[in-house]
Amino acid sequence: MEGNFWSLAPWGRGLGEGYFQYSDMNLHIAAQINSFLAALVLLTAFGMLVQKRVYGLIHLFAWQGVFLSLNTAIVGFVAGKHHLYISSVLTLSLKVVLLPYILHVLINRLRIRKEVETIVNIPMTMMIGIALVIFSYHLTAPVRELSNLVTRSTLAVALAVVMIGLLMMITRKHAVTQIIGFLALENGLFFAATSATYGMPLVVELGVALDVLIAAFIFGIFFFHIHTTFDTLDVDQMARLKEGD
Amino acid sequence: MLLILLGVPLGAAATLAFVGDRKFAPEINILGSAATFMAGIGLAVEVYMQGPMLAGGKFFFVDAFNVYLSVLTAFVSMTTAIFSRRYMRREREHGRVGHVGMRFYHAMFQLFIFAMLLCLLTNNVGILWISMELATLSTVLLVSLYRTPTAIEAAWKYFILCGVGIAQALFGTVLLYFAAEKVLGEGGDALLWTNLSRVSGSLEPTVLSLAFVFLMVGYGTKVGLVPLHNWLPDAHSEGPTPISAVLSGLLLNIALYALVRCKVLVDGATQTHHAGNIMMGFGLLSIIVAAFSLLRQKDIKRMFSYSSIEHMGIATFAFGLGGPIATFGALLHMLVHSLAKSAIFFTVGHASQMHRTQDMDRIKGLFRGSPLVGWGLMLGVMAIVGMPPFGIFTSEFLILTATMKDAPYLTPFLLLGLGVAFAALIRRVQSMTAGEVPPYQKPLKVAHLPVVLHLTLVLALGFYMPDFLNTWFHTAVELLK
Repeated sequence: MEGNFWSLAPWGRGLGEGYFQYSDMNLHIAAQINSFLAALVLLTAFGMLVQKRVYGLIHLFAWQGVFLSLNTAIVGFVAGKHHLYISSVLTLSLKVVLLPYILHVLINRLRIRKEVETIVNIPMTMMIGIALVIFSYHLTAPVRELSNLVTRSTLAVALAVVMIGLLMMITRKHAVTQIIGFLALENGLFFAATSATYGMPLVVELGVALDVLIAAFIFGIFFFHIHTTFDTLDVDQMARLKEGD
Repeated sequence: MLLILLGVPLGAAATLAFVGDRKFAPEINILGSAATFMAGIGLAVEVYMQGPMLAGGKFFFVDAFNVYLSVLTAFVSMTTAIFSRRYMRREREHGRVGHVGMRFYHAMFQLFIFAMLLCLLTNNVGILWISMELATLSTVLLVSLYRTPTAIEAAWKYFILCGVGIAQALFGTVLLYFAAEKVLGEGGDALLWTNLSRVSGSLEPTVLSLAFVFLMVGYGTKVGLVPLHNWLPDAHSEGPTPISAVLSGLLLNIALYALVRCKVLVDGATQTHHAGNIMMGFGLLSIIVAAFSLLRQKDIKRMFSYSSIEHMGIATFAFGLGGPIATFGALLHMLVHSLAKSAIFFTVGHASQMHRTQDMDRIKGLFRGSPLVGWGLMLGVMAIVGMPPFGIFTSEFLILTATMKDAPYLTPFLLLGLGVAFAALIRRVQSMTAGEVPPYQKPLKVAHLPVVLHLTLVLALGFYMPDFLNTWFHTAVELLK
């Protein structure tokens, strides 16, 4: 059974295999919704990879947060894990409202150019992104086989989002874009936690949220420092520290 | 006692944020760190008498492995606070730090110590990650304290690279929880290290080996292992010197501690030497690359940052090698390196303030200009390159012996790394200490106590190993087997 093509598909196992404990129908729908939202999260990640405008990027990031928060709430509902509601609300307030707001304010305040450029050209970046998704599926295959959660197949998507966030940080040279890449990466990690294990323990979730919040303030301060020192947020300007020969 | 140990730095951070740039702020800083150190000693005595213990509803956990690191952390932060009193005042006079900067510096220094102690003492692998991230975040803005273009660049690099790196460790932690949940059930208990190590044999090996790759990359970035080390020389050389001393002397140790804790779990599950091999590879690469990078440095703090990478490589390699002798050596190495490296950074701070530069070509005549600083630097370097009778000689000797026994084909590489580092450092320190006093050198009143204290301890550990340390190391070796 394992290893064939259908086991890769989100609905591939589940059906008639006796994994479902109570209402098969409900869980089946939940799994479908979960996969659908996972697809949307991945889509927004790809969208960010090619989006050139700073504002567009922030909106995409906010949308990703919406999908993530929705997904967390649904998983919490289906699995009966009420602490996931708290994570869901936390995600909504932090990643959909607060962080995009902070970024908006910073961009207005610093009068950043509306366009951002990519280093590698867009088709190439997309191809690398696709390769990363396939790689993620390959890497998480052993984990998926072990899990019997509704959400197991989205772990690969979560890892893919992490890697795409990483790719974004590498290919962009603007400080704001790098930060959004970093936050998207963080989204992927959060998604991984909900999909692999129905969320980390609440203490850990809260701690991570706190760290993200502190990080947000730090990069806010940083934007000002970089802007006043280098007169631009283009991180290519920062190349003074090199190995002296 | 444990809660006092954590509470003091947190309270001191809040107080110092409130006190700000008053005249007595550095004294409060010293007082807070001294109280932390006292609490650390108290905790150590308790652990020595009663053995490992849990506290705060299993939330905190002290055993032979983390107790000595906690005391070390508290000790070095105390001496750093003493050193930084005069140093930072002078930087303020030179106009490199402003009013806000000083308030920020003191508060963040204490917060950083709190984060490191939390990292060491927590029993929860998730909290371990969170406090590691907190330690990074609290130092990012300290690295950019001087607001020069290079300082901001270094801090940005530090922020981004460590952020990304440590994110990988979180993914590894998620996978670890995923495996643990099957055995221990859901909830916070499944992330407690004491529970995990109890059941590590029944954790899913495939998941854990995958998790270890992510944990290795994540925490390895913070340890500064090659090729994940890019941020380290910049961050350690551009910040204020007291911060360089704690970053090099303490934070790298903490990251390595986190990595080793995770390795124990992975080894228990896989029953192979898989994780150890990965660590040996990273460690050896770090030793060699760092040793050759040492040769071409011009900036004094950058050079010693590379030396930190080299020594962390040695400890990582030894932990990877495993076995009682190598592990004992690695534990000792973490201790003596931390003491010697922070002592070196203290003298480097003095030397560069005397010359108003970090360029090694312009630092000269320390023996004549300021004998104590000169000899401090000379002896510190002798210690760090592993000359007998200093403690680092003992630890490196143990590690070399174990390598010859368990992996003889790797000995030449290890020796090559050590030899190159030796040559590079000795050559540089000679040109800085000997010779005539240059006209731009200004003698300064400095705090000699921290340097003398550290070097004496390193020297003493080369001759004699106190009983309690011996017991702890042996217990820790058993634990990490």
